[in-house]
Amino acid sequence: MAIVYVNDKPVDIGGERLNVIQAAGRAGVFIPHYCWHPALSVVASCRMCLVEVGEKKPDGAVAMQPRVVPGCQTPAKDGTVIVTNSAKAQGAQQQTLESLLLNHPLDCPVCDKAGECLLQDFSYRYGKATSRMIDEKNQPPNKDYIGEHITLFADRCILCSRCVRFTREVSGAAELQVVSRGHHSEIDIFPGEPLNNKLAGNVVDLCPVGALCSKDFLYKQRVWFLKSKNSVCPLCSTGCSIHVDANKDIVYRLRPRENPQAQGHFMCDEGRFDIGYINARDRLKGPLVRQGVRQVAVSWESVIFGLRNDLLDAARREGKSVAAVVSPYLTCEEAYLLAKFTKGMSPEARLYLGWVPVQGEDDTYPKDRQGRPLQPVKFTIRAEKCPNRRGVEEILKHFQGEVLYFDRALEAAGAGEFYALYLTGGYPPRLGEWLPATVVAKLAKVPLLIVQDMFPSAAQRAAKYVLPASSFAEKDGCFVNHAGLAQAIHWAVRPGSLARTDGQIFLDLMERRGLVHAETLRKELAMEAPFFAPLRDGVLGDLGIRLAV
Amino acid sequence: MPDFEPVLLRRIEKKASPWLDAYRTDGGYRALEKALSSMTPAQVVDEVKNSGLRGRGGAGFPTGVKWTFLPKDHPGPIYLCVNADESEPCTFNNRILMEEDPHQVLEGILLASYATKASTAYIYLRYEYGKSLRHLQKAIDELHAANLLGQNILGKGFNLDVYLHRGAGAYICGEETGLIESLEGKRGWPRIKPPFPAVEGAFRKPTVVNNIETLACVTHVIDRGADWLKTIGIAPDPKNPRDAGSYGPKLYCISGHVDKPCCVELPLGISVRELVDKHGGGVWKGRKAKGCIPGGISMGIMTEKEFDTPLDFNGPGKVGCLGLGTAAVTIFDEQTSIVDVLYNICRFFAHESCGQCTPCREGTGWMYKIMERMRRGQGRLEDLQILDEVGKSIGIMPGTTICGLADGAGWPVKNAIAKFRGELEDWIRKGKKSEHRTRVGRMT
Repeated sequence: MAIVYVNDKPVDIGGERLNVIQAAGRAGVFIPHYCWHPALSVVASCRMCLVEVGEKKPDGAVAMQPRVVPGCQTPAKDGTVIVTNSAKAQGAQQQTLESLLLNHPLDCPVCDKAGECLLQDFSYRYGKATSRMIDEKNQPPNKDYIGEHITLFADRCILCSRCVRFTREVSGAAELQVVSRGHHSEIDIFPGEPLNNKLAGNVVDLCPVGALCSKDFLYKQRVWFLKSKNSVCPLCSTGCSIHVDANKDIVYRLRPRENPQAQGHFMCDEGRFDIGYINARDRLKGPLVRQGVRQVAVSWESVIFGLRNDLLDAARREGKSVAAVVSPYLTCEEAYLLAKFTKGMSPEARLYLGWVPVQGEDDTYPKDRQGRPLQPVKFTIRAEKCPNRRGVEEILKHFQGEVLYFDRALEAAGAGEFYALYLTGGYPPRLGEWLPATVVAKLAKVPLLIVQDMFPSAAQRAAKYVLPASSFAEKDGCFVNHAGLAQAIHWAVRPGSLARTDGQIFLDLMERRGLVHAETLRKELAMEAPFFAPLRDGVLGDLGIRLAV
Repeated sequence: MPDFEPVLLRRIEKKASPWLDAYRTDGGYRALEKALSSMTPAQVVDEVKNSGLRGRGGAGFPTGVKWTFLPKDHPGPIYLCVNADESEPCTFNNRILMEEDPHQVLEGILLASYATKASTAYIYLRYEYGKSLRHLQKAIDELHAANLLGQNILGKGFNLDVYLHRGAGAYICGEETGLIESLEGKRGWPRIKPPFPAVEGAFRKPTVVNNIETLACVTHVIDRGADWLKTIGIAPDPKNPRDAGSYGPKLYCISGHVDKPCCVELPLGISVRELVDKHGGGVWKGRKAKGCIPGGISMGIMTEKEFDTPLDFNGPGKVGCLGLGTAAVTIFDEQTSIVDVLYNICRFFAHESCGQCTPCREGTGWMYKIMERMRRGQGRLEDLQILDEVGKSIGIMPGTTICGLADGAGWPVKNAIAKFRGELEDWIRKGKKSEHRTRVGRMT
């Protein structure tokens, strides 16, 4: 037990090794800081977290240190006294802010960061409204050559060096550095060595001001118009916790959300910048039904009615000629509904795990300049490019005792074993055409082929029924990552005006009333499948629940 | 007081003073032989500690005490870094030692390495000192040839390698942790402490950082004994229990508006007035002095009235200066404008601030901009208030920076405002402009 006194309020920090910023946070007192970041080394150079500290002796006397100290660099121990609201501490913070603003341009109206800028926030809360400097400000040139996705507004930089430390300590190749000296210091790259690693986008989130900006997001939206939803990146089985920032049904950016159980603090650029497909024009918007050689758009009512009858007929004739392929891009709730619907038609109907895309090998960071991975590993981009293989497998195990893989589904289709095949996809286009032409030729032999996917494809053109799939940003549910961590995703944008979410389609096919409510379905799943029992409350929280060790 | 017999500078006028044969003829490496044959490393440390020798680099930390901070029984390697990055303006005493008597320094390095059990010594040499580089390198080569460096020195089983490392011209690399970072090949940004270099320094190993002049003194402390040093200089103030005294000879540099700029060796505690009148040939052109910088520009400014202050480790502090510093006295005469002096000082620190801590990076730049404007005749009275505020708020003493550069940057500014406020206000009110058109170089 260790008691720390924050502005006279005692708080127990237990046996943890915390610095003064963290200890004060336990007492509900926020100490402003720029250079300190929990995932990076301590440099104590921004001097924003200056506070007074002292020590309470066992006899109750308090001995304060004569000078202010940086909270990030000062460990909190039993008896540490932290004072953040004294005139001295506040004066020091105010002076630091005045210094930071000396050469900072007043271009908030055109700055991407405005609204979520720590310099704005701290100036408002801890600083002064006016500057006393009447001399000309330094105006270092903007550097749009920093990286493929990154641009630098050097005049806005406050030299906290978070980005520099990130490229040295987490991504590893140390592309960024500080050049020049004193008040002319600038962040820059070595000529011809741009910041193009797969974690580069994180420097934009790390930057407390608007210096490092994402070219992808630049000038697209004012951040106060964005609505943020907690979600999970679907692009690999790491399952990074993210924020989906959207406005008016357009996803503008993804940002990592701190989750020690999942990935830590960061996310990779593959996931971060792969949002274009969500609002792509060529997505399948409504259901199509084959009439002769053409597929025509029909109403949802008629397609659900027709499809249900066709499937039930097939199942009644021969149960094992009906099969469903459950995509690892479906949420657990959707996979549960599809499995339950399929097995409900006939216990002999078969369930297959959909295509599990694997690209290369797990990609670990940091990496040195030659691209060799270094220990200890701080971030992993996994080779398995789907969010919910683990969850779908567990559901299939529950419903049919074993997991049948996708290649066996294709073999069976080629051998003409299926009369009806319900194929779910929903893969982002960056993974490539997931059904090659030879495979489609096999599938075309299935008389009742149903394809539920996001984009037009050869398989879709061979199908009798075509249903639009929804992206992760359009639905509620949960994904189980590689380590068995179940995390919730929440819809941020609505599927197109004619589309229904995957879950809604399954629900309608099952003739269950109402709209998809992920929590209810999750409870239902938890009651039925023991693997999912920890989810019995239906609530996952922000950090998710670990289902398996 | 009878004339002082120089110790550190006693050989510089002699023929071939830098080279080994001449040095040995004058009794060189006697102290090393004595230490290696009859003293343990701990005895050498004790001898230096008992002598009361304080570091000559600026901060005046007791040298022997510094050596005792090394972890006991460390498996090694332990490094000795020799701070030869003499970049404090107006200071040139290390340079004379390195150019004219490098063996005296190298003997000190050998003794210090023996005492601290260091296996490697790095001399971090200021980039601008080309002659020092050549002389030191030649002296090191001579030592290797004479088995005074390398393996099994003098057959006593003591090993040491000495490397010369040339800096790239940055003031901040004279700060001990900035020096270590630079030595490791990184940007010269001072490190946060703890850990102190004695625990984790160069290449994450225990490291001692000593100044050239300190090490030259070590040679004589071992040669002549701890008690000898105590016969020179000023004893501790009995009223001040924290005073470690100011023992030993010191190289004083005299520059600026004097007739004979020079470097002289005198016992610690001489006054500025005596230095200028007796050794510097008096203020030039028959003028009077207006003030001086007592120990490198980071130590602040002294007025002419304060010239009787003794230049020992405590004296300058009594008249509001930061300390003895490098004991490099720069006189400016009565016709020099304090605005020009301050402008030059602020320009130096704005240029040399490493840019790591916000208060120093921005504060030094701001002070420079204000002084630049003031010398163009566009100063405002409120600028003095800003300068004073910035000068007092940056540095380790108020706790707002990592290293002491900012203290040095702020000190002369706040001294000038306290001591020359009338002149500054008069300058601003009358809108005077500097007579010196020169703006040397371009600030980058």
